[in-house]
Amino acid sequence: MEVALTALTWVFLGLGSILMIVGGVGVLRLPDFFSRMHGAGLTDTMGAGLILIGLMFESGLSAPTVRLVMILLFLWYTSPVGGHALAKAALSSGVQPIQDGEKR
Amino acid sequence: MIFSAASVAVLGTMFMAMTRALRGPTVFDRVLAVNMFGTKTVLLMCLVGFAVGRPEFMDVAIVYALMNFIGTLTILKYYEYGDLAATEPAEDRLEEVD
Repeated sequence: MEVALTALTWVFLGLGSILMIVGGVGVLRLPDFFSRMHGAGLTDTMGAGLILIGLMFESGLSAPTVRLVMILLFLWYTSPVGGHALAKAALSSGVQPIQDGEKR
Repeated sequence: MIFSAASVAVLGTMFMAMTRALRGPTVFDRVLAVNMFGTKTVLLMCLVGFAVGRPEFMDVAIVYALMNFIGTLTILKYYEYGDLAATEPAEDRLEEVD
């Protein structure tokens, strides 16, 4: 049982780290503001979710697990709100997304 | 061991986000990068707390997540409305988005 929980922790933290790196590279390399928002949302949802769920497997049924669940639910509720506000402010101030066929 | 490796991954992502915050063409790129940096700070607090055997750092992480969200919304509202006490957008500042 201990070995299984440790293996689950390793798997989840490894997948979360890979998604973190992928989202960071997307924020650096994508050509447009809205596509960069996609990269940041990737790290905010799946990266944070996998890392925090792996930490829950490590800590078991204890008080840190409650705090981890609180952090995870808070991130999953506030990241879409922040992203929506950011996209709305960007659109209303005149940032245009790249259309088909444009190169930048 | 795995906590240290995941901490290094999160630190690399924070480095990339800060690079984008320094290079971003628009102000919204910088807001996005700083918001992402704050989220990764919360994750790094949790990971370092487990790595050194003191999960009490997660209380600090909860408070920092709240502060990060409120700060992002405050910046966006000030940029879009021109006034933090406004209830409708300033007319001279934005065109209508349908």
